[in-house]
Amino acid sequence: MNKNKEQLLNKRYKAEQRFRLYGLSAIFMALLFLTIFIFKIFSTGYSAFQKTWLIVPVTFDAELMMLDQNPSKEDLQDADYYDIALKSMADLDPNANEDQENELKRMVSYFFEKEIKNELLNDPNLIGKTKEVYLTASDDLDQVFKGNYPRDLPEEQRRVSDYQLKIFDQLVANSKVESKFNISFFTNADSREAELAGIASSFMGSIFSILVCLMIAFPVAVLAAIYLEEFAPKNRFTDFIEVNINNLAAVPSIVFGLLGLGVLLAIFQLPRSTPLVGGITLSLMTLPTIIIAARASLKAVPPSIREAALAIGASRMQTTMHHTVPLSMPGTLSGTIIGLAQALGETAPLILIGMVAFVNTIPGSPMDPAASLPVQIYIWAESAERGFVEKVSACIMVLLGFLIIMNLFAQIIRHKFEKKWS
Amino acid sequence: MRKNGVKMIKIKAKDVDVFYGKKQALFNISLDIEENQVTALIGPSGCGKSTFLRCLNRMNDVIDICSVKGEILINDFNINDKSCDVVRLREKIGMVFQKPNPFPKTLYENVSYGPTIHGMAQSKQEMDEIVETSLKKAALWEEVKDRLHEPGTGLSGGQQQRLCIARAISVRPEVILMDEPCSALDPIATAQIEELIDELKKEHTIIIVTHSMAQAARVSQNTGFFHLGQLIEHGSTDKIFKNPDNKKTQDYITGRFG
Repeated sequence: MNKNKEQLLNKRYKAEQRFRLYGLSAIFMALLFLTIFIFKIFSTGYSAFQKTWLIVPVTFDAELMMLDQNPSKEDLQDADYYDIALKSMADLDPNANEDQENELKRMVSYFFEKEIKNELLNDPNLIGKTKEVYLTASDDLDQVFKGNYPRDLPEEQRRVSDYQLKIFDQLVANSKVESKFNISFFTNADSREAELAGIASSFMGSIFSILVCLMIAFPVAVLAAIYLEEFAPKNRFTDFIEVNINNLAAVPSIVFGLLGLGVLLAIFQLPRSTPLVGGITLSLMTLPTIIIAARASLKAVPPSIREAALAIGASRMQTTMHHTVPLSMPGTLSGTIIGLAQALGETAPLILIGMVAFVNTIPGSPMDPAASLPVQIYIWAESAERGFVEKVSACIMVLLGFLIIMNLFAQIIRHKFEKKWS
Repeated sequence: MRKNGVKMIKIKAKDVDVFYGKKQALFNISLDIEENQVTALIGPSGCGKSTFLRCLNRMNDVIDICSVKGEILINDFNINDKSCDVVRLREKIGMVFQKPNPFPKTLYENVSYGPTIHGMAQSKQEMDEIVETSLKKAALWEEVKDRLHEPGTGLSGGQQQRLCIARAISVRPEVILMDEPCSALDPIATAQIEELIDELKKEHTIIIVTHSMAQAARVSQNTGFFHLGQLIEHGSTDKIFKNPDNKKTQDYITGRFG
């Protein structure tokens, strides 16, 4: 009898140990996947924050630029920079034939003419002189410099020719190639050229969408939650509403995209591809999340607080507004931020309402066409150029950073402002 | 209190029935409550004494399925009448709950909340006075006067309950309902509250629900005994405890059930 009992006890301890082991291994697995994921993204993406520049001597020849003596500011604006730009690239190899000159030109971004122009506009005294100017390397050479380019492929399978590589290697040997922090990744809008493409447009698009989403979803959801939780009678009708709100939270996001397309764009004729429409669509999606969070935190306010307020003669409205709602706010706000973070990462509904369009301007308001960060990732991931691979990862890093900051904020609100019940 | 030898009746309950859904919780309760006296409601758990107490300031309104029938006259006015405004009613009838439930705000805000929403103070100074007198009447002033702006939830259980009493009397109610105010407190805190109740009855009519018969005997002048939703017997505390008419009362008082 006694022995049996001991066996039973041992068995119970063993079972607990096993259970702990399962739990630990589950956590270990989760951490492992997360680490692999983050490592992969960082190792691919970190190089996108560096940009390769070629240092090329440029002679600002007034004649080639068709400038008179003592040109005015407007003259400098209107001058022709193409010839001197072309010439400075061709001069990298004095023996180059016409084909090779063309190849030399393609070693820098097509933006090189503007870069030379800006140089002169900054310092008009350069006319007639020669200066070494930083020109953005083409995306392929950028990848060559970062060591991401398969140089050992046969030439016909590469976009970089042997000749370009030869000249590039000479430049590297003469330390005429430099890598600097890639500011344009944050200040440029999207571009077809990987070396010029940046996230400014999609970043602003995301911010505008989230703001529109917040301004619509938060008040509506909080009012709905307060009404349902504090004022609505409990009957079949409110039960029905509750079930449907929960269902709404489970509706696939692409359905909301279709709704945005069918209602906002087709019927209300709102401007397509804009953060306004994106934000409204996302707010439909965020609404149930916030309602559920707000109701849960209203429910968590102890009934004794309501009774205390009612018993001293506060009306239902005063009880709600003075006590219940302020006490539920931390939970509601952190639920809201989580909902917004979800909306921030949403791609499918935005693609449907046209925010997937190629936008090379930075939006100044929610009414301007824009992309959003996750859609930008999608667009770049579809592009063939090698230069976009690292940009995809870099954009994911920015999005993740954004999300982490938002979630951190939600945690801080919850811990700092949540009241402790004695 | 007697005026010219006549008992002054503050609250008159007539044939009160209470239903939770289809279940009847109180049967035909008729009870008179004397002004400026402490009336104790005793009885075993689930007998309906708290339910009856909550009828007196219409706190049962909060419970959706609860319905109250019958008349409850306070100052000869039927509070179950449609014309009765619960906000005004609850200003006149304060309540202290079983578990101390201060607002998670400062001590000052806890006490000033009632006067604020009822517009009882014209200036900050007046409000300060109300807070001070309320806390003094609740015998809490000396302990907390230096930390009025600290959270009320930081006090001990007994202090919290006295804070809740201060909050209830801050709006100068005519009646104070107490729903087992000492059941969550230790004996020392209980003694303080009981002393306080004795003091408060000079200005307020007090109705206290209690589990402790000793407490009822100590603090009350009148006692009502509830059992299974019925008011078995009521009368002066002396009589109920020493010479009850009803056998059930006798059994409960002597600890034979309950």
